[in-house]
Amino acid sequence: MRLPNWLAQHLAALRALLVFTVLLGLAYPLALVAVGRVPGLADKSAGSLITADGTTVGSALIGQSFTDADGNPVPRYFQSRPSAAGDGYDPTSTAASNLGPESVVDTVAIDPEESTQSLLTQVCARSAAIGQLDGVDGRRPYCTADGVGAVLAVFRSDGLTGPITRVVSVNQTAPATPFLASYEGVAVELAQPGQDYLAAGGLVTPIRGDAPAEPAVPADAVTASGSGLDPHISPAYARIQVDRVARERGAEPAEVSRLVAAHTSGRALGFLGAPTVDVLRLNLALDREFPAG
Amino acid sequence: MSTTTAGVIFVLSLAAALAAVHRPFGDYLYRVVSGTRHLKIERGLYRLVGVNPATEQSWGVYARAVLAFSAVSVLFLYAFLRLQHHLWLSLGLDPVVTHEAWNTAVSFVTNTNWQWYSGESTLGHLVQMSGLAVQNFVSAAVGIAVAVALVRGFARSRTGELGNFWVDLTRITVRVLLPISVLGAVVLMLGGVVQNLSAGTEITTLTGGSQTITGGPVASQEVIKELGTNGGGFYNVNSAHPFENPTTWTNWLEIFLLLVIPFSLPRVFGRMVGQVRQGYAIVAVMAILALASITLTNVFELSGHGTVPQAVGAAMEGKEARFDVSNSATFAAATTLTSTGAVNSFHDSYTSLGGMMPMVNMMFGEVAPGGVGAGLYGLLVLALITVFVAGLMVGRTPEYVGKKIGAREIQFASLYFLVTPVLVLIGTAAAFATGNNSTALNVGPHGLSEVLYAFTSASNNNGSAFAGITVSTPWWNTALGLCMLLGRFLPIIFVLALAGSLARQHPVPASEGTLPTHRPLFVGMVVGVTVILVALTFLPALALGPLAEGL
Repeated sequence: MRLPNWLAQHLAALRALLVFTVLLGLAYPLALVAVGRVPGLADKSAGSLITADGTTVGSALIGQSFTDADGNPVPRYFQSRPSAAGDGYDPTSTAASNLGPESVVDTVAIDPEESTQSLLTQVCARSAAIGQLDGVDGRRPYCTADGVGAVLAVFRSDGLTGPITRVVSVNQTAPATPFLASYEGVAVELAQPGQDYLAAGGLVTPIRGDAPAEPAVPADAVTASGSGLDPHISPAYARIQVDRVARERGAEPAEVSRLVAAHTSGRALGFLGAPTVDVLRLNLALDREFPAG
Repeated sequence: MSTTTAGVIFVLSLAAALAAVHRPFGDYLYRVVSGTRHLKIERGLYRLVGVNPATEQSWGVYARAVLAFSAVSVLFLYAFLRLQHHLWLSLGLDPVVTHEAWNTAVSFVTNTNWQWYSGESTLGHLVQMSGLAVQNFVSAAVGIAVAVALVRGFARSRTGELGNFWVDLTRITVRVLLPISVLGAVVLMLGGVVQNLSAGTEITTLTGGSQTITGGPVASQEVIKELGTNGGGFYNVNSAHPFENPTTWTNWLEIFLLLVIPFSLPRVFGRMVGQVRQGYAIVAVMAILALASITLTNVFELSGHGTVPQAVGAAMEGKEARFDVSNSATFAAATTLTSTGAVNSFHDSYTSLGGMMPMVNMMFGEVAPGGVGAGLYGLLVLALITVFVAGLMVGRTPEYVGKKIGAREIQFASLYFLVTPVLVLIGTAAAFATGNNSTALNVGPHGLSEVLYAFTSASNNNGSAFAGITVSTPWWNTALGLCMLLGRFLPIIFVLALAGSLARQHPVPASEGTLPTHRPLFVGMVVGVTVILVALTFLPALALGPLAEGL
């Protein structure tokens, strides 16, 4: 019996798919799993796990949060970058923030649980907190002194044009003090929870302020990585943490700097990527050499 | 060395490596698709599949074979996803529900690899390695096969025969994709990419917290994800994940892998039509567009315009410290210039104009160099449109590599070009008309960009995203699934029909009036036509999104 053409075609397709599934979907990956067991590859294919004193303490490639149960930084450790993976550095829910470059207006809801922070406010808050923790200037452009985005909603009498009728600092609520007393002669108000000043016609106006163009707290310290698992920080971010870590461990800053240098990699081949500091292994080395009292 | 210098050397080293392999690798690909000998393993495969490798197919039969194979693949993958909880290595995860399974099945069969889900919390290891990764191979082979069939249309005369789909599929998989993948996977493992079947290792961190170090057969999937311009990450964060892309050199290698086949296929075209200079002209168009796009993306990202990048001092949100701004921007451009869609950083947080570039790259139809196969056939269609426009200007019948471009050919080329703009613009409009744009994470113009990006990515079979938007709803999964399906197979049908029409023609000898299609003039014209067509089509939509935000 001859099958109709279209049916023969689909049967061949099904057979082809099954054959390729066995070849490419089972033989190929499982053979590579087997190859991954050979010495030299075994540690890497298993996840580059690090052991200290006989217990596995992490992966050399996966960053960790060096925070306590409440999420506060543990000061004797170098801190990792902010992370959007779960509650921070959770490999079972990797993520980036995905907030855009003009995410500058917080949602201030009446129920604080429903409030969300704009990316700008997150950056400002992180910068202020790190500045305080590490004793450096935490100010940044477009940030208020109290660590939120310095953004005004400016209302004009004819919408986009005309005299200014009202100005609201959209990310600040009572009991804060508006970061500007007045804007072009109009007194700046604080935002009221539950109000949508953009929908009401306010023009979003970020205010640069007088913060230095090159903030003391580096860029990687105030931004979440793509993976949420970034194992590295920049040498600049490590540098501002040295004094604090040394103090907490009763060590000389120069000694801590030496360890930082030992865990810093330059650009591979001189041009690939960026110089980085391996945070987990640096902290392990600190625990070994300067166990905190 | 300054950041900018390092970034420039990174791009130049990639360009040099691609230029170095273009000829030898292109020649190898040429021998694979035009040789007459069958390997022993291939003969075994043909017997198992039940096809006669000696027969040739007309364009209609070839197209039906492509569609039959893809239809069976969608159904198989759909069933696989729906039943994953009954299978080995499912890690205790739930079955994938209907609209989700439809979307993912279509996504991987169409070489898109759009992902509404997080790999680590949705899919078991078996579905990933025996379902999705198999499609990473064969969907790539389908794309190359269709491109080769079109080139046969140019190269052959007075025949209806375009080759044998099963032979093309098998040879490309067995002789090209599989060996490079085996080698590449081992190299990636040396860099630290994991390859195991572990369900995860629970560890206690230095500060007493707990962390689960995830496992999986990642290296075997990572390599073909790039090489086949698929792009679907094993984990949610794709090539930003240290287990998918651990080092700065694996990052270089992954970009190289996703560019190498598309940039070598023009050589196959040149060899098959018997004029290698025609292949050089095509690769020149690809290289000009690609270099311009990579440069612009880098400039926009490194200059860091926008309120948040200014506050931060660099466009570092969503980027890994090891890749920094420049190597991330280069990856973003490469992944959207091809149909890959893998990401090593998150485009949603890019500067407004830096984030527009991936969108523009996809809107070009992904031709510079484009997806494996799809880039070549897309650019050949644009070349036909260019000779047609040039023919109109000088009042002569347009010709391309010895074939007359008549009404029938131009109809197929025009239909081909129209598919994706129609899908993108109608899809975006439909999302707003039905209120489904409300799942965007960001507000204002950036919210529109998220919707526009989603439809651009799905319709062009890219798979990257402005990932803030939530697309796991039935509406989004259905709509984007349709865009991926139509955006893949309508162009393929038009290309094969075009190939059939070209193959039937008598060759036209070149004459005084023939426009030389290997000279810089023609290269410039194709670049111009491409840029103008795309600008006219998409500028209004871009003006409402990234341009409104960034200017």
